[in-house]
Amino acid sequence: MSKLVKRYRVFIIMAIILGIFLAAFPQWRHGALDTLGYQAMTVPFVLPPIFILLGLLDVWVPRESMTRYMGTGSGLRGPILAFLLGSFAAGPLYGAFPVASVLMKKGASFINIMIFIGAWSTTKIPMLLFEMSSLGVRFALSRLAIDIVGIVVIAFAISMTLPSREVERLYAEAEHID
Amino acid sequence: MDTVTLYIIVALALVVSIVKDRRKTVLALRKAWKAFEGILPQFLVVLVLIAMILAVLDTATISRLIGSRSGVWGILGASLIGAITLIPGFIAFPAAAALLAGGAGVVQIAAFVSSLMMVGIVTLPMEMQYFGRRVAITRNMLAYAFSLLAALFVGWVVAL
Repeated sequence: MSKLVKRYRVFIIMAIILGIFLAAFPQWRHGALDTLGYQAMTVPFVLPPIFILLGLLDVWVPRESMTRYMGTGSGLRGPILAFLLGSFAAGPLYGAFPVASVLMKKGASFINIMIFIGAWSTTKIPMLLFEMSSLGVRFALSRLAIDIVGIVVIAFAISMTLPSREVERLYAEAEHID
Repeated sequence: MDTVTLYIIVALALVVSIVKDRRKTVLALRKAWKAFEGILPQFLVVLVLIAMILAVLDTATISRLIGSRSGVWGILGASLIGAITLIPGFIAFPAAAALLAGGAGVVQIAAFVSSLMMVGIVTLPMEMQYFGRRVAITRNMLAYAFSLLAALFVGWVVAL
């Protein structure tokens, strides 16, 4: 019980602030309740399928076998796999860094690592579905299209300009990170 | 996209999953619930916050700050907020949609969404730990510049 209160502590405080806000500013009461009502009517229906999809991807996407093909000289297959691995992942960007270091240990090339990071941050499939439902299909798909270009360009730019000494240093360091 | 389509896609995926492996499906559902429950407290806080902010800022104010006529400053401002803050998409998208309905411009919102995803000032120290100072800073700078380009592109496509 107290654990529950602790987790929702900030929300409870916010709810109290909202109560005071509604009581103190009758001129804004209508607008605030309208927005809240609208969100309460739409968001709870959109979220469950997206989270179920996240769970299914997490269980079904075979990470181990995918990382095997991400080394240098893997041709187009490496970048595509890096892309898929990032896009089917779950979690915030900082969750990608430890995974990237595991990939480095397993011999993925640096450009594939950069593509993986880019995909993780930007082209996650379940998020895309959510983006489509909240901001529109046109918005979401055009952002996806341009961001795929961006991810590849940025990955190329970084790995082309990075001295090989720095790359070696990063790989050596990845060995020591758990 | 409509919510109904979303449900159909997920229902199909779920059926295929159950047919292939019941145990894995249960595991997936358990993970889904855990992820959902994990984000719920933050999510509720932001819902309340958005409701209050949107009540105070009327449409005129929002469109002055980040409306389609706010121009370069609106785009830069929105993208900077996106670059600095660390908001999960589940929370950012409804907020962005609410702002859009409240008078924000498409390019400005796209700049916010794009930089929010690609750039991470808050996580920069972590990124440096894994990729070194040089890679982390270059990646974030390029990503920021790119997110502005992406915003213009999205704005153009949506306006077509």
